[in-house]
This record gives sequence, C-alpha cells and structure tokens, in this order.
Amino acid sequence: MTDMQAERGDTSATLRINWSDPAIGARLARRKRRQFWLKGLGLAAISVAFAMLFILVGSLLSTGYQAFRQTHVAMEVRLDPAHIRADNPARGNFRAIVGEAVANLFPEIEDRADLRSATGIVSNGAQFIIRDRVVENPDLIGQTIRVEVPVSDNYDQLAKGLLDRDTPEEHRRLKDDEIARFDQLAEAGLISKPLNTALLTNADSRFPELAGLKGALLGSFYALMTCFLLAFPVGIGAAIYLEEFAPKNRISDLIEININNLAAVPSVVFGLLALAVFLGWFGLPRSAPFVGGMTLALMTLPTIIIATRAALKAVPPSIREAALGVGASRQQVVFGHVLPLAMPGILTGTIIGLAQALGETAPLLLIGMNAFITSAPETPFSSATALPTQIFIWADSPERGFVSRTSAAILVLLGFLIAMNALAIFLRSKFERKW
Amino acid sequence: MNDMTRLERKVDQKTIKISARDVQVFYGETHAIKDVSVDILDNTVTAFIGPSGCGKSTFLRCLNRMNDTIDICRVEGKIEMDGADIYAKRVDPVQLRAQVGMVFQKPNPFPKSIYDNVAYGPRIHGLASNKAELDEIVEKALRRGAIWDEVKDRLDEPGTGLSGGQQQRLCIARAVATAPEVLLMDEPCSALDPIATAQVEELIDELRRDYSVVIVTHSMQQAARVSQKTAFFHLGNLVEYGDTGDIFTNPEDPRTESYITGRIG
Ligand SMILES: Nc1ncnc2c1ncn2[C@@H]1O[C@H](COP(=O)(O)OP(=O)(O)OP(=O)(O)O)[C@@H](O)[C@H]1O
Ligand SMILES: [Mg+2]
Repeated sequence: MTDMQAERGDTSATLRINWSDPAIGARLARRKRRQFWLKGLGLAAISVAFAMLFILVGSLLSTGYQAFRQTHVAMEVRLDPAHIRADNPARGNFRAIVGEAVANLFPEIEDRADLRSATGIVSNGAQFIIRDRVVENPDLIGQTIRVEVPVSDNYDQLAKGLLDRDTPEEHRRLKDDEIARFDQLAEAGLISKPLNTALLTNADSRFPELAGLKGALLGSFYALMTCFLLAFPVGIGAAIYLEEFAPKNRISDLIEININNLAAVPSVVFGLLALAVFLGWFGLPRSAPFVGGMTLALMTLPTIIIATRAALKAVPPSIREAALGVGASRQQVVFGHVLPLAMPGILTGTIIGLAQALGETAPLLLIGMNAFITSAPETPFSSATALPTQIFIWADSPERGFVSRTSAAILVLLGFLIAMNALAIFLRSKFERKW
Repeated sequence: MNDMTRLERKVDQKTIKISARDVQVFYGETHAIKDVSVDILDNTVTAFIGPSGCGKSTFLRCLNRMNDTIDICRVEGKIEMDGADIYAKRVDPVQLRAQVGMVFQKPNPFPKSIYDNVAYGPRIHGLASNKAELDEIVEKALRRGAIWDEVKDRLDEPGTGLSGGQQQRLCIARAVATAPEVLLMDEPCSALDPIATAQVEELIDELRRDYSVVIVTHSMQQAARVSQKTAFFHLGNLVEYGDTGDIFTNPEDPRTESYITGRIG
C-alpha cells in the first residue's frame, strides 16, 4: 500500500501458450513419469507392509491355534470316603483318588512302575479339578462321578500330532508303551479335544495344560485402569494449562520441548525410574499392577498431553471468539466450548496411548511383573503379571506346550490392541468435527 | 433500501455513546492504530472503511476489549463509554463484552442447538431466573435477529445446520440476547450472498433504533446504504470521519477520495 495509485495491470496482454511446442510435451511426459514412479513406490511400500503383517499373523495363527483346544481324558472317579473327610473336603487325598481312577482305566496293568507311568497321562492338575468339584458339592463324597480332565503336556502334543511317532524311541519324549496306552484310551473314545477355556480362566502354571492368562489379563486390566486414572486427568490438566493459560515465554517453551522429548524416551528408562522411585523410595510392593500402572502412566502422559494440545489447537478460533464475544470468561470458553469440541481428539489420543501402554513390556519387567504367580490378583496391589510379561515368561519356558500358548497369548494381546484401536477410529469418525 | 435514502439522511444531534481519544494499538512492535480519536453516537450506524490491513478490525476490537485476549496486543489512550473509561482497572472485560456485543466476519455459531446458541449469553450472565424467562429472551433475540420465523419450529436443531445467512442472523440474535448497548460488526456480510446481505442490512437498520451499531465493511455501497456516519482508516490513521453522505459525495482528504473512487484498496 506504499503506492497509493496502484498500477492497474494491462489486461489486454494475456498469456499465450503454444501447445504444439515440443518442450511442453516433454515436460508433461516427465511429470507423468514421475507420478507413475511415486505411485509405484507407494504401492510397493504398502504391499511390503501388508506382506509382513500377513506373515506375522499367519505364523502366530498357525502355531497358536493349537492352544485354543486342550486334550482331555474322561475318567470314572470314585470319591472314596477313605480319602476325603466330609468335614474338611479340601484336605482329602485326591492324588490317590486320581491314581485309583487311572488304575480303573487300565485294569490289566499290575506293575507299579507301569501304573505310575500311566498316571502320567493325566495332568497333575486333575486332582485339583476333582477337589474343587467336591468342595463345591460335598454330597458327592462316596459317589462315583465322571470327569473330564486335561492330559499332561506330552500327551496333549501327541494328540495334536506335534509329537512325531516316527522318531526313534530314545529321542522321543514318550516311550512306545506310553503311546500305546494313550492310543488304547483314544480307541475307547475317552479322549476329546474341547475348547481350551482354561486359557482364559486359569492363572499361570508350571504345567502348560493348566496355564492360563487370567492373572495376566487382570494384571493388565488393573495396570491400564491405574494408568488411565492417573494419566488422563493429569495429562488433560497439563495440556489445558499449557495450551490455554500458560504465558508463552522461555519457560513454557522449555517445558514444551521437554514433554516432546519425554515422549521419545525409551520405555525401559521409565522402568528404571519406577524401580528407583516407586519401589526404592516409596517402598511400594513389587510386581503390583498398581505400580505397573503408575509406570505406564509416566510413559503415557506425554502422549496424552501432546494429543490433547493438538486437539485443543484444532478447535477453530472462531468458536473461542464467539464465546468471548458474548462475554464468556476464559474458563467458560475453555471448559464450555473448546474442551467438549476437542474431546474426540483427546479420547482418540488417550486410547492410542493406552494401547501402547498395554503392549509395553520393558518397564514392567523392571518392576518385577514377570514373576511366576499362580493365582489371579485380587486387588491392584497383589502380585501379578501383565499380558506382555506373561508372553515373555511363556516364551522363555522349556515345555513344548508353551510354544503354542505363547502364540495364543500374543493373539489375545493383538486382539485387545485391535479392539482398542478400532474404538479410537470409531470415536474419531463418530464425532468428526461438525462445524 | 436504495440510494434514495442517502438524500433524506440527516444526522440529528445525538448523544455520544463511545468516545475514543488518542488511541494507540501495538502488536508487539507493530504500531497498528495511531492516534485515533472518534466519537461514536448512540442510535447510529457507524461504518469503518479503509483498505485491508489499515486497522479497522483492530480498532473495533478495542471497543469491547477483545484485544485483551491477544497476548502481544497493547492498547493505549482513552476509550469511554457513557463517560466511563472502559479500560479502567475495575472494569471487568467479560462484563463489558456482554454490554458491547460483537458479530464476526464468518458466521460462527456454537456447535449446539439454535436455542442454546442464543441462550448461552443470558445463561452465563444470569439474565433469566427461570426457563420461561429464558425462553422469552431467546424468542425476543431471535425476533430481533429477524430469524424467528425461520427457526421457531426447529430450535433444537444445531445452529451449524443453518444456511450462511441464517447463521449470521443467528449470531446477531446471539449478540443481542445479552441486551447490549453497542453492537460491533466486523464485515458481517462478507460471507453472504446478495439476498442474505440485504436481509442483514435491513436488520442493521432496524437495530439502530435500540443500539449504537459499528460496522466494518469493504463494500462502499454497503457503507453508503446502512450507515449514517463513516470513518475512513488508512495505515492505522483515522483519516476522515463524518456524515456518510459527506464522506461519499464530498470527501475532504484526497486519500479518502482515492479510496472511494477505487484507486487504493
Ligand atoms: N493478532 C495480531 N498479531 C499481530 N499483528 C496483527 C494481529 N492482528 C492484526 N495485526 C496487524 O495489525 C494491522 C491491522 O490489522 P487489522 O486486522 O485491524 O486490519 P483490517 O483493517 O481489519 O484489515 P481487513 O480489512 O483485511 O480485515 C495489520 O498490519 C495486521 O498485520
Ligand atoms: Mg478486519
């Protein structure tokens, strides 16, 4: 506006293009070629990503599907009053009861050693399954009941075809006579392979056929709840303050940079921090999902703060102006208009942060959530594992049955992650900004 | 409203609603408003015209202290409304903004129902003691905004679902719902088609009966049609201020003349 008499351009001289000029054709061809390559590379990248995903899920499914079924054997069990006292059924000698039941399956066996080996077909957990039935219903004492109990791991592998019968006997984990006995049961129609509900309803166990994810699922649930309850309000509060109220100066710049850097800190560092502070100074219990959740909250906090600030920033200034214009105070603008509009974005960011936390292993290992714990946690303060640490434990176990169970546990974890991300996508599309 | 009105337009002496003296506005180092002194009359439409970036919006936003919300913005000088300094320490800008309503360039209804859009201001200022009173305020405001007949059957629908012109009239209704004394409008018609513009202009002329209206516009015709007083800004200075008729037919300053005849802008 320095020149007040702004020059009016001469409109009669329009741009002339000579379309037959070969230079134009060459330029066009070059542009098309570039576009072709860019598209091709993009497609190639996506194909590679999909192939990787396919291989991952494919290999997990091909080993993991075996763990969703568990071989069981049906037995007639006589609940001999000689072994169980009615006033305290839990203290009965159920091992003997199982032994007798197995002996009944093989009446022809006389030799004690053979009988002991035959008892090995039945899982060590069978006695507890029977005990639980009796404790639940003490009237059963003295009766004969039919129960289906899991077979032990090696026989489970045999039934699933994972144990090669053609390997020489000395290299096989089951001897010829053991296999023969199992086949005898199978022929009698006593072997079945029902859905392995124990995978979700049992806690961890040394015996693969009894091991389940209940403890890990509950542990992860408690840890995530703790993480959410801590990180969500604190994160939103911090983001609102930084975005809406904090003066823009050196200090707030410094804080911002630090938060962004915090989001990139390796998670194992947070684990070390938790180990030193939560366990060391505060003396909080080891292996507790609550402490795990606090650790995960430290990690999730920057994610939530960054997502919340982005969501707050995305609210159009016209809405703020509108509210200010009718005389709303700063707080009323933020809490009455900006925050509700930013909520979908905040929730999406939070869910993605929590999904990240759900899969996090390293910090939980450091605070001892990889302990071997055979009962599901009753409170967030009891010892427990979490899904990823449980996978870690199982992957480390020598028993063959844990191979497929590790894959199955990963599938369960992936299932939860997909569900959480789907929820985030759903929220995002449902509350797509409507202004 | 045609150009005939200009001829019969005679500004009778009216009370001064807002008086600004030696107002300076700085955005950090930028000196956006320089030494502006102006008296804005009651029951009058005052138009601010001038080339883009000359500070019309900035000055308008001084009148309801909207500039307070911009961190780097600094206002100096004296602005009085009804004789009271609006930049005095004890003045609550939030209260002031309820008294000096504002309508923006782009229609910006809240993503809430039509009813809630209008009811929001009265609610936060506690203007209604019960639902019936609030209903009455909302209806009155929507009638003032000349939009009642179009929306009375769908007050629960979102305000964002209205057409652009309806949205802008809704925003005007929202602004008048808090019973302001002054109405500031920053290019209220720039996003509207000619028909909606005509409706809003008619409305502005109506509003003059109860309010002092200040309107920023880029359209000379609009300024000529709706305003009684016109102020021409250039590069942060108030170049000329006077009766609209005089400014358009007989400008004193050569810069005003160049702008009006379309040679700067
Ligand atoms: N928030 C801001 N921060 C910094 N400078 C600003 C800000 N708002 C406006 N300015 C500057 O102040 C000057 C006046 O701006 P203003 O918006 O008041 O112009 P205007 O007359 O309303 O222009 P238009 O007609 O294009 O709306 C301009 O130079 C602009 O760059
Ligand atoms: Mg402007």
